[in-house]
Amino acid sequence: MNKSELIEALAQEINIPHREAAAITNTIINTMTEALANGESIEIRGFGSFVIKKYDSYEGRNPKTGKKIKVKPKKLPFFKVGKDLREQVNANKK
Amino acid sequence: MNSSNLTRRELAEAIAERLGFSQSNCADIVDCVFDSMKKTLLEGEPIKIVHFGTFSVRSKSPRNGRNPRTGEAITIKKRRTVGFRPSRQLREEINR
Repeated sequence: MNKSELIEALAQEINIPHREAAAITNTIINTMTEALANGESIEIRGFGSFVIKKYDSYEGRNPKTGKKIKVKPKKLPFFKVGKDLREQVNANKK
Repeated sequence: MNSSNLTRRELAEAIAERLGFSQSNCADIVDCVFDSMKKTLLEGEPIKIVHFGTFSVRSKSPRNGRNPRTGEAITIKKRRTVGFRPSRQLREEINR
């Protein structure tokens, strides 16, 4: 499923024009992106949560050449699947 | 770093504010979007959202672990989980 299929599913499900479903979907994604960019976490009950993890600068190696490099400090988003969804993906098919 | 938390409620408010729908409709709309996503994942299909990332169902092999409280050795069974890989744009946005 990609974004346009998600928009299409929403338009059909609640019977609204495609254009409105697109605006809604984009608002959701943009709001989530802004929150993560501000270092906020996201918690969607039943689906999952996102947190930002901060990494300090560290000495790493280029895996191809083995050369030592300095990795700059960075932030990465982490997703943790929610309890409902986790139980459902496991109940579905073994 | 900001410690506030974005939930369905804030998403519904954002839609109401930006698009002028009623607040109660927006709560249902937000639920509907996440329900579609859940349905897709439960069918085993990944979801690719451009500029955001990809959600996919991953199978984990069984491994040995320990109960962190008692230290007792246990076998963690084979299981499935949902993973997320952030897109390059999202990572850049977060590190800007």
